[in-house]
Amino acid sequence: MGATEPLLRVEGLSKAYPGVLANDAVNLAIAPGQVHALLGENGAGKSTLVKMIYGLVRPDAGSMVLRGAPYAPPDPHAARAAGVAMVFQHFSLFEALNVAENVALGMENPPPLRQLAARIRAVSDAYGLPLDPGRIVGDLSAGERQRVEIIRCLLQEPKLLIMDEPTSVLTPQEVEILFATLRLLAAEGTAILYISHKLEEIRSLCDRATILRGGRVVAACNPRERTAHELAELMVGAELKLTDRAGRKPGEVLLEVVGLHMPPASAFGPSLKSVSFELRRGEVLGIGGVAGNGQEDLLATLSGERPSSAGTVVLKGEDVSTLGPNPRRARGLLAAPEERLGHAAAPDMSLTENAVLTGTMRRPLTRHGFIDRRAARAFAAEIIAAFDVRTPGPQVAARALSGGNLQKFVIGREVLQAPEVLVVNQPTWGVDAAAAAAIRQALLDLAAAGAGVIVISQDLDELLEISDRFAALNEGRLSPPQATAKLTLREIGLSLGGAHGMKPLEVLA
Amino acid sequence: MITLVARPAPSRFWSWATPVLAVLATMLAGGGLFALLGSDPFEAIRVIFWDPLFGANAGYFRGQLFIKAGPLILIAAGLAVGFRAGIWNIGAEGQYIIGALCGAAVALAAFPAESALIFPAMVLAGAFGGWVWGMIPALLKNRFGASEILVSLMLVYVAQNLLAWAAFGPLKNPAGFGFPGSRNLQQYPSAHNAELIAGSGVHWGVVAGIAALIGTYVLMNRHIAGFRIQVAGDAPKAARFAGVAPARLVGFCLGLSGALAGLAGMFEVAGPSGQVTDSFNAGYGFTAIIVAFLGRLNPVGILLAGLLMALTYIGGDMAQLTLRLPAAAIQVFQGLLLFFLLGMDLLTNYTVQWGKARA
Repeated sequence: MGATEPLLRVEGLSKAYPGVLANDAVNLAIAPGQVHALLGENGAGKSTLVKMIYGLVRPDAGSMVLRGAPYAPPDPHAARAAGVAMVFQHFSLFEALNVAENVALGMENPPPLRQLAARIRAVSDAYGLPLDPGRIVGDLSAGERQRVEIIRCLLQEPKLLIMDEPTSVLTPQEVEILFATLRLLAAEGTAILYISHKLEEIRSLCDRATILRGGRVVAACNPRERTAHELAELMVGAELKLTDRAGRKPGEVLLEVVGLHMPPASAFGPSLKSVSFELRRGEVLGIGGVAGNGQEDLLATLSGERPSSAGTVVLKGEDVSTLGPNPRRARGLLAAPEERLGHAAAPDMSLTENAVLTGTMRRPLTRHGFIDRRAARAFAAEIIAAFDVRTPGPQVAARALSGGNLQKFVIGREVLQAPEVLVVNQPTWGVDAAAAAAIRQALLDLAAAGAGVIVISQDLDELLEISDRFAALNEGRLSPPQATAKLTLREIGLSLGGAHGMKPLEVLA
Repeated sequence: MITLVARPAPSRFWSWATPVLAVLATMLAGGGLFALLGSDPFEAIRVIFWDPLFGANAGYFRGQLFIKAGPLILIAAGLAVGFRAGIWNIGAEGQYIIGALCGAAVALAAFPAESALIFPAMVLAGAFGGWVWGMIPALLKNRFGASEILVSLMLVYVAQNLLAWAAFGPLKNPAGFGFPGSRNLQQYPSAHNAELIAGSGVHWGVVAGIAALIGTYVLMNRHIAGFRIQVAGDAPKAARFAGVAPARLVGFCLGLSGALAGLAGMFEVAGPSGQVTDSFNAGYGFTAIIVAFLGRLNPVGILLAGLLMALTYIGGDMAQLTLRLPAAAIQVFQGLLLFFLLGMDLLTNYTVQWGKARA
């Protein structure tokens, strides 16, 4: 450093919220043309930091210098005027309007639409982001919608582009396109502040990484010189155990799903269309796909919340299609839904009561229908101990737990009931790295002990890490499961519906 | 500016303090109302709350207390179970009427035979009648998604017309010189729901009310079925995941509260009222809704709330007589209680902050 004046220098930035110091004297320097990763677990303070840079939040202390001049944006309008742009994780687009209209709505002084459309075409060609300005946003894939947001930013010719978890909604092909664009931008001198917790991505894209933990900068390094494992340890601040997938041999078929059709649960939901697969003893079946393609419906159908027509779900040779959740639990088919609060657990009830919620069929928690409180409390305490749930005790209400801790409790509750088949949806969504590793290991151990596990997830890295076979759920259709060992990330991406209709030519762009 | 900040967990203290506060606020606002009507507010409050218990004629009124509280408690015990599950039976008044009609019909059909089996048969008929009237909204909800709130409420008016029809028609006393109303069951020993201890006001309906409180306490606090009912009210999706079938839950809750309301009606018509008349119902079914909420849907609370509401009935009657307050003023007074209770419930789940909200 020192040779070139950094584009943005952040010095001693602090921000406190009631009860938590979100940022504590954070220092950061970004050079022009640098792709700078901001790395950290959920709650490490990444969002607060970028919100201060983008003028959404005012710092309590500290200063910023942008291009040699003091920089303290009172609002995002001022930040944009100073050359700082941001692409949010959640898009703010009007689905009923077309691309050009959406871009115009986000601009300070939009030119006439015809001129704007021409500029959008020019920018999208120049940066390899194919996008037709006349298309209605409602018809676009998540990746294409993100391009609208990016192009809206690029039209302002920013000096610094902030991207918040941009790849969480993208297929691998779309990620490649995005990365090509970002590299091109960097080569032209635009600095990029890239927030993510996907370590491999950061290692391939970024020149520099600042790692936050508990609101403080704990390390700054060149991510290419570190292994993903080292970065994860810096992020978590503890040694990480790699998941151990030894000792599994697929046995006989436990669960068969045959030609499953389900109408949509809601007006805009997807329907399941002739879904068929089988699950063997000792196997982890990974089901990937972008959320909203039938994942919730598949889980509800397997758990028994939405029984299906006879003959479609067969457990150990017995047709369980029309049974409700409790008879299925009694037969060994357990599930853990994605939504922790309100679905997998009752928010206002204690952990003891939440242990009773699903535990009465396989654990002796009731006698003649009366709840055995001592047994229930002991079961909750057992889950808390075995899965390292950080909480004062089983009497605490579920909603008082952090997302990761509640997730450990929910997964633990099902795993400790010794299921024969366990179906989980998004088991590590929003969970920090250490807890995610523990949950994955528990699922693998369960399979090693002879159960069959179905993991529904959006996180492809996770599925590749733990599943023996992989299938993709796209618009309610399930691709034929294939052995994971033989698959590449690219093949998986294509099975996720060819990146939502993207042409191979675009993939190569 | 006032801002409300959600509490991380509902406050236990406030969940019990709000009913007390609500009673105090009702006394204040009610006192103001009585003052506007030209009565001395302090005297009015004393006549309503103090005289029935400790005044000159307290000996008579204490018995009345159980007579009024009995049906309120019996009905509220059933309603509370449904309310916990988020199933809103507003039509207990109708179920109460139908229960009374069925119970009285059995007795009048048997008249003048004397048998120890008549009273138990009336109990069964009363419960069955209320159950049927409760199952109508349940079936319509399960089959067509009709709101049980509206259907059960509208069935009250159907029941009132059935009551009038029965009092002027099939159940009319043949020896009644053409006056509307049935034979007086108090004069029919096999059917009479008499006081168990003379002068105490305690009849079988009061015993049934206490039994219902104990029964629903055990159900809701000890049994897995009650646990599932509670989950259904707190988190419907989690309840479905736990294996609760919504349709069965609706049937159970409306059926149970209907049967208990029917029982209350039957005990009333065979006891304190004695007669099926077109004005037999006294609004217990509606007041029981207030009792259930005032008692925090909790058995001990319902017992206390039932006694309190019975007190306002008796004291209200006295206030009408001695202070010439209109009957509507007493109903407004009871309504104020529910109004303040629901308003103050906010404090259970929120803390109030004065001053500007922090960004």
